[in-house]
Amino acid sequence: MDSIVQFENVGLRYGTDTETLSDISFTLFPGRFYFLTGASGAGKTSLLRLLFLAQRPSRGLIKLFGTDAVTLPREELPALRRRIGVVFQDFRLVPHLSAFDNIALPLRVAGVSERELQQPVAEMLDWVGIGDRASARPATLSGGEQQRVAIARAVISRPEILVADEPTGNVDPDMALRLLRLFEALNKLGTTVVVATHDLHLLSKVKDAQMMHLDKGHISDPTGALRYPPRPDDARRVR
Amino acid sequence: MAFLTLPSVQDRGLIPEGRLTGPMPWVIAIMMFLTILAAAAGLSVRASADRVNADLAGRATVQVVEANPDLRAEQAGAAVEALSKIQLVEKVEPVSEADVEEMLAPWIGSDGLDDTIPIPALIDLDLNGPATEANLDEIRDLLADIAPAARVDAHGSWLKPVFNLLKSLQYLALGLVLLLAFATSATVLLAARSALDTHRETIDIMHLLGATDGQITRLFQRRIALDAGFGGAIGIVAALMVLFFIAVQMGEIGSGLLESGLLRWHDWAILALIPIGGIVLAMLTARVTIMRALRKML
Ligand SMILES: Nc1ncnc2c1ncn2[C@@H]1O[C@H](COP(=O)(O)OP(=O)(O)O)[C@@H](O)[C@H]1O
Ligand SMILES: [Mg+2]
Repeated sequence: MDSIVQFENVGLRYGTDTETLSDISFTLFPGRFYFLTGASGAGKTSLLRLLFLAQRPSRGLIKLFGTDAVTLPREELPALRRRIGVVFQDFRLVPHLSAFDNIALPLRVAGVSERELQQPVAEMLDWVGIGDRASARPATLSGGEQQRVAIARAVISRPEILVADEPTGNVDPDMALRLLRLFEALNKLGTTVVVATHDLHLLSKVKDAQMMHLDKGHISDPTGALRYPPRPDDARRVR
Repeated sequence: MAFLTLPSVQDRGLIPEGRLTGPMPWVIAIMMFLTILAAAAGLSVRASADRVNADLAGRATVQVVEANPDLRAEQAGAAVEALSKIQLVEKVEPVSEADVEEMLAPWIGSDGLDDTIPIPALIDLDLNGPATEANLDEIRDLLADIAPAARVDAHGSWLKPVFNLLKSLQYLALGLVLLLAFATSATVLLAARSALDTHRETIDIMHLLGATDGQITRLFQRRIALDAGFGGAIGIVAALMVLFFIAVQMGEIGSGLLESGLLRWHDWAILALIPIGGIVLAMLTARVTIMRALRKML
């Protein structure tokens, strides 16, 4: 099977510090469900930012959808980004837009007409359980509600890859489970899902999920092999 | 071309901060106001210069400067006769001695001139065509033999210094208009930069959702166009009120700006184009500024 994401010896350095990410190599395949685990500060967000093209690596090779994403001219980034849905760790909702308009944003960017986007956005609001908050601004939403708007915005345009950075960090365990079911449902529809989390309990909740573990900027298994369940010593290290 | 398919994003207040919040529309209004007044001044100077020029363009004067009154009368008569016959001259009008004396009265007194002061005989000419040097030379050649004491001048030549002054005033007005355009551009540049700073987070989000630079630029450009449009509207209304006021005042002293056509219809058209030019200039400046800033982001 052709890979959908490929990292080879990727390094990332902020400023002149030591490398935040070093020698990152792994391959993701379409239609699978991946967890990215690691303690806080291990570099999960940094790795995901490389993956959703918010950041270029300092070295190494990144291939997305078979395209070299490192040397890609910036005019060609938008087309690639539209194929990736992102749930940011800090949500990054547009503060002066309603929940509806935040969720509609990727569709509008992609040029979907107003008439065509009304129904999908309304359905998406219902799907994440905030149909009654369509016109609310992010500031008036609870943390969990904001998170669900962020998730709805990430999946509204049916991306080929869904990247979620600590998507269950702000919700109670019940809601966390519901959100995971939502990601699974998308995964069943063919979306490749990558969820970063420091909560190892989530891993057992998704059947057939695979995991990558980050430890101080290194993928702990140097072969980059992805596996589930994690080996006991991995789990211990993370706690 | 993808940004062309994005009208709806612009309607959704992505870049909020409605019009009239910042100083920019008002600064642009002031710039427009001053630009229109400077242009109106320049255009009306040009219009009056053109009109005076048109009045004088086909006119010339022959002076017969001869101390001997008999000789003078003879040469003047011969000149009138010769000039009446040529194609170039439409109308020949000898100025009577009484009229000449009246014209000179302020300088040499009105109680009759004694014959010891020689005064020239004057002949006014209306030409079929402009009083160019070539045309005047033709007349000079004609008169060289029959009236050697004749001097031929275009009417306009007396006014040359005045025309030069009017030209300078026009360049001054043009210079002011260009300076104001430059200042407007600089204002928009600063406003665009501060808008970029204010909305940096929204821009980042848009980029990550796959928006192109063109799409993002258009959002800002539209907002700046609205500001500039508002400023332009205020500026032109205020400037027209001032011009109208001046017109009324000049009307009271017998030369209305509108009636006498101190500004001609195409001058008014140019004034009306200034706000449009201002909006275009503002949008171009905004576009270039924002495109450049976006290119530095990932
Ligand atoms: N923009 C940045 N500039 C400098 N250092 C950063 C930046 N982002 C993250 N870091 C550093 O990189 C390291 C990894 O951070 P991060 O990727 O957020 O880890 P995680 O998401 O696993 O908690 C941390 O030490 C953090 O301070
Ligand atoms: Mg993080």
